[in-house]
Amino acid sequence: MIRISDLSYRIGKATILRDISTELPKGALTALIGPNGAGKSTLLRLIGRLEPLQTGSVSLDGADLASTRTEDLALRMAVLGQQTAIASRLRLRELVGFGRWPHHRGRPCAKDSAIVDEALAGFALGDLADRFIDEISGGQAQRAYLAMTVAQDTDWLLLDEPLNNLDMAHARALMCRLAELVRGSGKSVVTVIHEVNYAAAWADHVVAMKDGRIVAQGTPHEVLTSETLSMLYDTPVTVGTHQDRPLILHHV
Amino acid sequence: MRLLPAAMLVLVGLACASLTIGAASISILEASRDPWAALILMQSRLPRTLAVILTGAALAVAGVVLQALVRNRFVGPETTGTAESATLGLLAVTIVFPASPLWAKMVAASVAAMLGTALFVAVIRRLPVREVMLVPIAGLVLSGVIGSVATFVGWQTDLLQYVNGWLLSGEFSGVLAGRYELLWVAAAAAGLAWFAADRFAILGLGDNVATGLGLSPASVMRLGLAVVAVVTAMVITTVGLIPFVGLVVPNIVARIMGDNLRASIPVVAVFGAVLLLACDLLGRLIRYPYEIPVGTILGVVGAAIFLWLLYRRPAHG
Repeated sequence: MIRISDLSYRIGKATILRDISTELPKGALTALIGPNGAGKSTLLRLIGRLEPLQTGSVSLDGADLASTRTEDLALRMAVLGQQTAIASRLRLRELVGFGRWPHHRGRPCAKDSAIVDEALAGFALGDLADRFIDEISGGQAQRAYLAMTVAQDTDWLLLDEPLNNLDMAHARALMCRLAELVRGSGKSVVTVIHEVNYAAAWADHVVAMKDGRIVAQGTPHEVLTSETLSMLYDTPVTVGTHQDRPLILHHV
Repeated sequence: MRLLPAAMLVLVGLACASLTIGAASISILEASRDPWAALILMQSRLPRTLAVILTGAALAVAGVVLQALVRNRFVGPETTGTAESATLGLLAVTIVFPASPLWAKMVAASVAAMLGTALFVAVIRRLPVREVMLVPIAGLVLSGVIGSVATFVGWQTDLLQYVNGWLLSGEFSGVLAGRYELLWVAAAAAGLAWFAADRFAILGLGDNVATGLGLSPASVMRLGLAVVAVVTAMVITTVGLIPFVGLVVPNIVARIMGDNLRASIPVVAVFGAVLLLACDLLGRLIRYPYEIPVGTILGVVGAAIFLWLLYRRPAHG
């Protein structure tokens, strides 16, 4: 379980997060939703220690983030930030291989390369393993980064908008893969998602944020209601159901 | 990968040529019987050949490390203010403690070089990420500013000759046994870079990825800056400023085999040594028995290679 207590974050005079306290369940797929600028990414980056904590505390399965060594945290959680331009020229196998670095610290063994191959295959990248990352499409690069994150083989995966650049088929395949990691391998996933229907279809737990605060949290049925979503995005939203899951009609 | 053995073979060939070519006409095959030939071989030819190889290898490795640290392919240790800062450090220690031992001067040069490069990194962090070409331009401006300060201080204190010796184009004709051994320190620093190669490659993917994998970006950055600073400081104090090796060699190798530094650093080192030794041999042969400084030859050869790299379309496959 990730426990967040009294977390606030400011950049200059702008307050990004205000007194956030919550718990993210272990063994579940948690979706962070909310409008642009709500503070979802900042919250995820703070949990993933990509930004230093200002006030408040975060603990990961009982380990306090501020007092646990960063190399130990790398064995407990993998973080995928939003990707910017990639300057490095690495083969996909080498990139995904770096996901094993926290485990082998420069001395990979046979087990590491088996896990890398498995991760590449899991994201349909087996045929591209020897291509350079600056010579493939944005969606393929995004999948390569996801494969690296999965290869890190940690209990927790924190993903910031993993669906970016992915087409419909790969987006669904990724959500299916994440659900599989949670249900099959007992992993816990926390992911920022913009398209609420992916949260509706796949998440176990939804956290809705607006203006640096958590405005609703719970199961998809509890959070993804017409009322909550209309308030969250300041726009009228209709919610139906499809296969016992909420179906959000926001595009018409 | 057959690249490394092939490049090694070329390097061995060039090294043999380097041992036989020089102003004095001796036959190195006679060295076991002819004491004069043996003296020239051991005191001049061998030290010079080793000096060129160590310099070329260390500068190329410093270049690849620097390019990973700043995530930009258009910089080298000679375009980021590193050499000028080392000069400033040497000047400072020469003025304040004229009697200080050599090691103290080297420490001062290395520390100053590290501070200057850290200043460069701090400057480029404030530039917009997408403006790739602003990084080398900022480096050139910073080099110019620090270099002019060094020249001014040198002028005021009558040490301009030293400054010119460090910053004007480097050459190896003055290398003798006993006057190049600091370059082994540069080579050791380059060896350290190979040891930490994965860390630099991961940092090249961005601070977020490095942090996520449990590395501290700041400490990897410090280690990399130390490598670049030590190499540059040792090279400029021993043979002067050598341009382009740290810039073009990493680019050529990255095109062929990518940025997996664990695999590419040995190739970068051998390519750097080959390029510098080939240019030094050219400089010795063009106006034989007179010499053209290797820095001048590299200015021409390096610029041509760099332009070719810029205009060629990105490699595929």
